[in-house]
Amino acid sequence: MNIDKKITDDLVANGISFVTTVPCKQLAGVIEEIDNRDEIYHIPSNKEDEGMGLCAGAWMGGKRPAIIMQNTAIGVTINTLATLIQFYRMPLPMLISYRGELREPVACQVEMAVHTKALLTQLNIPTYHFHHQQDVEELDNILKYTFMSNKPVAILTDANFWGGYGDQ
Amino acid sequence: MIRSEILREIAPILRDQLVVCNIGIPSQELHAIDDQPSNFYMLGTMGLASSIGLGLALAQPKPVVVIDGDGSVLTNLGTLPTIANNVADNYILMIIDNGSYGSTGDQPTYTGKKTSLAGIARAAGCENVVEVQDVDTGKALQDALDSGKMTVLVVKCDSGNAKMPLITMDPVVIRDRFMTEVAR
Ligand SMILES: [Mg+2]
Repeated sequence: MNIDKKITDDLVANGISFVTTVPCKQLAGVIEEIDNRDEIYHIPSNKEDEGMGLCAGAWMGGKRPAIIMQNTAIGVTINTLATLIQFYRMPLPMLISYRGELREPVACQVEMAVHTKALLTQLNIPTYHFHHQQDVEELDNILKYTFMSNKPVAILTDANFWGGYGDQ
Repeated sequence: MIRSEILREIAPILRDQLVVCNIGIPSQELHAIDDQPSNFYMLGTMGLASSIGLGLALAQPKPVVVIDGDGSVLTNLGTLPTIANNVADNYILMIIDNGSYGSTGDQPTYTGKKTSLAGIARAAGCENVVEVQDVDTGKALQDALDSGKMTVLVVKCDSGNAKMPLITMDPVVIRDRFMTEVAR
């Protein structure tokens, strides 16, 4: 299974046509796949809260958005999640590279990893954790759930899911 | 002129556009002067008006006017390269540059000192950057709308706020009536 293609196919099948990204090495393949798809307008953002603003506007303009980012961005975007996405009740699928988990080579990444789920729980954000490659089978249902509930939803994807970081 | 005097003058132009208005006193002033369902008022999240407006402009064809402030653009400076590189000709970013953080008590920003937002926008790659004085705002905004070109309009004006009531409308109501106007 080509996981980057499978993820992008699920986004397209769910009508997602506006995707903003802040890169992570683990996400490089899926970002490239998204950039190559005619069905998706790919708009890189310089910071993740900016990206969430872009997504909010695109959704009000009639497009289904998504953001792709690293879990460190949870530290950047808490205010935006609470006062924009949740306060105005907007759907936002967040495909998140979950750095600092098993098979992580960079120690500093662990420092945000240990806070990631606690912060998402504190924000009452529905959170899914992809650890094995077959977990991606849930993505289609998670996307449907996101647009049904009009909420931000987090999909944490760790190094094991991506086939290892640095040892792949 | 202060911000509220400018908003009062351009209200007849704004009325027919989709407007994304910056957090705090700017939204309170616009709401009090001429509330419209086509106005999206930001009640929180400083800095993101320009980003919300860009996403909206890229997603649909109607003209979008963002009313932003110097302090808010400074807090989200990364927005200018994103705007420059994702051209939406139905997008106008109007920055009311009064050289101060108006909503928090008129503390000075750096745009009242050495920093030029028009210069930053040009360096970011924005192609149509216009800087005007407050009295010329209406003409400059109308020109930008008529041009059919993505425009960054920096309006230099005096610092100061009008005393206006808080917006008590529910955010979901603001958003829902706005989306109804977008889809109309
Ligand atoms: Mg100001």
